[in-house]
Amino acid sequence: MTETRKVAVVAGNRIPFARQDKTYRHASNSDMLTAALNGLVDRTGLGGQELGEVVAGAVLKHARDWNMVREVVLGSKLAPTTPAYDIQQACGTGLEAAILVGNKIALGQIEAGIAGGVDTASDAPIAVNDELRNILLDLNRAKSVQQRLQVLTRLRPRDVVPEIPRNAEPRTRKSMGEHAALTALEWGITREAQDELAYRSHMNLAAAYDRGFQQDLITPYLGLEKDQNLRPDTTIEKLAKLKPVFGKGETATMTAGNSTPLTDGASTVLLSTDEWAAEHGLKPLAYLTHSQTAAVDYVKGAEGLLMAPAYAVPRMLARAGLTLQDFDYYEIHEAFASQVLATLKAWEDPIFCKERLGLDAPLGEIDRDKLNVNGSSLAAGHPFAATGGRIVAGLAKQLHENGGGRGLISICAAGGQGVVAILEGSTK
Amino acid sequence: MTDRYQTFTRTPLGRTLVKNLGLPDPTPLQRWTEGSRVIDGQVVFGAIGETEAGKAIQALLRDVGASFSTAAEGVASSELRPKALVFDATGATSTADLTSLQRFFSPVIRQLGTAGRVIVVGRTPELSPSPEQHIAQRALEGFTRSLGKEVKRGATVNLVYVAPDAHDQLDSTLRFFLSPKSAYVDGQVVRVGAGPVVGNDPAAPLAGKVAVVTGAARGIGAAIAQTLARDGATVMGVDVPQNANDLRKVMSAIGGSELLLDVTAIDAPQRIAAHAEEHHGGLDVVVHNAGITRDKRLANMRTDTWDAVLDVNLRAPERITTHLLESGALHDGGSVIGVASIAGIAGNNGQTNYATSKAGVIGLVQALAPRITDRQIRINAVAPGFIETEMTARVPFAIREVGRRVNSLQQGGQPVDVAETIAWFADPASAGITGNVVRVCGQSMLGA
Repeated sequence: MTETRKVAVVAGNRIPFARQDKTYRHASNSDMLTAALNGLVDRTGLGGQELGEVVAGAVLKHARDWNMVREVVLGSKLAPTTPAYDIQQACGTGLEAAILVGNKIALGQIEAGIAGGVDTASDAPIAVNDELRNILLDLNRAKSVQQRLQVLTRLRPRDVVPEIPRNAEPRTRKSMGEHAALTALEWGITREAQDELAYRSHMNLAAAYDRGFQQDLITPYLGLEKDQNLRPDTTIEKLAKLKPVFGKGETATMTAGNSTPLTDGASTVLLSTDEWAAEHGLKPLAYLTHSQTAAVDYVKGAEGLLMAPAYAVPRMLARAGLTLQDFDYYEIHEAFASQVLATLKAWEDPIFCKERLGLDAPLGEIDRDKLNVNGSSLAAGHPFAATGGRIVAGLAKQLHENGGGRGLISICAAGGQGVVAILEGSTK
Repeated sequence: MTDRYQTFTRTPLGRTLVKNLGLPDPTPLQRWTEGSRVIDGQVVFGAIGETEAGKAIQALLRDVGASFSTAAEGVASSELRPKALVFDATGATSTADLTSLQRFFSPVIRQLGTAGRVIVVGRTPELSPSPEQHIAQRALEGFTRSLGKEVKRGATVNLVYVAPDAHDQLDSTLRFFLSPKSAYVDGQVVRVGAGPVVGNDPAAPLAGKVAVVTGAARGIGAAIAQTLARDGATVMGVDVPQNANDLRKVMSAIGGSELLLDVTAIDAPQRIAAHAEEHHGGLDVVVHNAGITRDKRLANMRTDTWDAVLDVNLRAPERITTHLLESGALHDGGSVIGVASIAGIAGNNGQTNYATSKAGVIGLVQALAPRITDRQIRINAVAPGFIETEMTARVPFAIREVGRRVNSLQQGGQPVDVAETIAWFADPASAGITGNVVRVCGQSMLGA
């Protein structure tokens, strides 16, 4: 096998994330991804250039957008000869796209590529229900007027009820929040700890904006310049007043404040070889060095829906020969504050690490001051497929600012999946 | 849930109809409440000769303050209304002695009071020195089981086999079977073996002990937790996170600790042990109550439906018990209690998975009991029959009515009936009781 090449994260760009049914309510997935992509092309001076590949995806996508990313490329400032494809791995989509692009670069199949993701919770794809769908298909197959009329007699009022995508697991019928609430109970994650994490996320993201950190990571869109969900003036007290939305009764701890809201947005990341970057006058920010996916069997209830990253990370660490403490930054996607806290607690727990992970010793604690230093999804919002690109670009820039170092990315996804990766700075 | 039929039979119209039409006439059972006496009424004691067991029984009767008279043959007197008839048959050395049963009981059985108690104490047949004695002792079972079906007005009949060297172990068992705590235990056979004499306070037999109860949030599990707490135990309640609120209510009322987990989780045994060690310094009583049903005829059964039931009902108790024993989290002298089911004994249509799991629980008891005696750890199981719970409330009306009536007491049991039986197993004074499966079924016809 040929030696693999280093995969540099060169630049990233996203549009500010908007809350559901607000500023981006009429923007489609394609509109938003095009905006994010064009912003990246403008900033990196790649207009008219052909890239190795553009890989992106959306979790909630209309069936008509089957070739969405290629269509976006055709409508973008990139050369129309740039190939593209769609992927979907729930909330892991964005990071998985970066891993796929990175792998082709590492193997010498392409020199540079863009990974991205987009999601809209406002412009949701609504489908006709199965009854109506069958009637319409039969109507299409009918040959005579009589046959057509016969098919139409099957129409019933209930057939107009559409199928709306639900944020629920098909096998358990429980929403992700309800699943996370069970995990929170199992791990004894308190309301206070969750609110504290949410508060820090808002403060960190606000500070990142204040010091201009987001300047070259974001392109304003439809008049929005900052993430709409960000509340720089929130307080622990305000968060503590919110009523729980997932779970019931006195043991419920998860609120709209410590859970991510439904959001619209798009993100992109440019990856390449060192040589390609130099040729294009670009400087690598960091390198994508390791990645891993894992999945858990949450259906029977013996493991939490969002606990897969807890399994993926130790496997990746073992391959990389690293410990959990060998990082300068930890980017743990805040699907829910409780998800982050349960994952951290699991890694500290000797029983979990021994019995479920098969390790001799727990992975141990992390320095909380290194966690989500520029805020994460609780503050920024979480347009499912766009989160990976936001994190990769932000962490790469943070490593660059730091003059090097190492960062861990962990993203949980629907279906009991987890996608994790390591970024390393160019020096240090 | 309420038994509407039983309520109706207590009304004047209901009484008339029941009497004239010969309908089932379920007598409301008496249950233990704060301040209840072990036995509230006259006891008649009979025996075949003077035996060690007989002396122990009489000492116990004096101890609980029972007013009792002894009679070799039953006393036929219309004035006497005995609450309990206790017969020591350990002296039966051959089938010739069995006539004493008829002579003692026939004259007096009609006088037995409401919610009366009949206890026959025999010698464990397998431990008899002679075949003649073995035969005579084994015969007792047919007697008590039949008498259980004859006695009326909520009375129960049970047989206690005591090993030759175990008379000092009879106390907790006699107390249980005499008292309202055994209201729904009928037609059962219990074997009492040798063990250390534990002089605990019968009012708080579990004082200073720690008990873990799985599935403690609702129904029978909640009743078990409350009953063990009443008896002085510190209770650690385990249930799935879905039942967190219910578990919180139950455990906060009894000052217990909560552990939210799925007993089928790969690390559930370790978590239970760790929680117990950390919060309570270990365990003395383990009650495997968590259970589920996923009824399907075998032809329509899917592997996941099959395994879901086996995982919760059988594999989890097996794994948890093994770990608690091996890790030492369960203290010496401890008690493990499984919850089987009459379905596990009799079988049930549509419950191949459930009955397999529950028969497996009986296997767990029988397999482990002789293997853990060196640490004085005991393992027993209850096998509930028709118990009035949320689960049985969902059973279709006709099946529910049949389930309720096809037993000697003609009614469903209450969760507390199962709980009381478990509390008796858990009592350190029941040191001589291991390997038993006791049905809490009102002497159900099913699998009897």
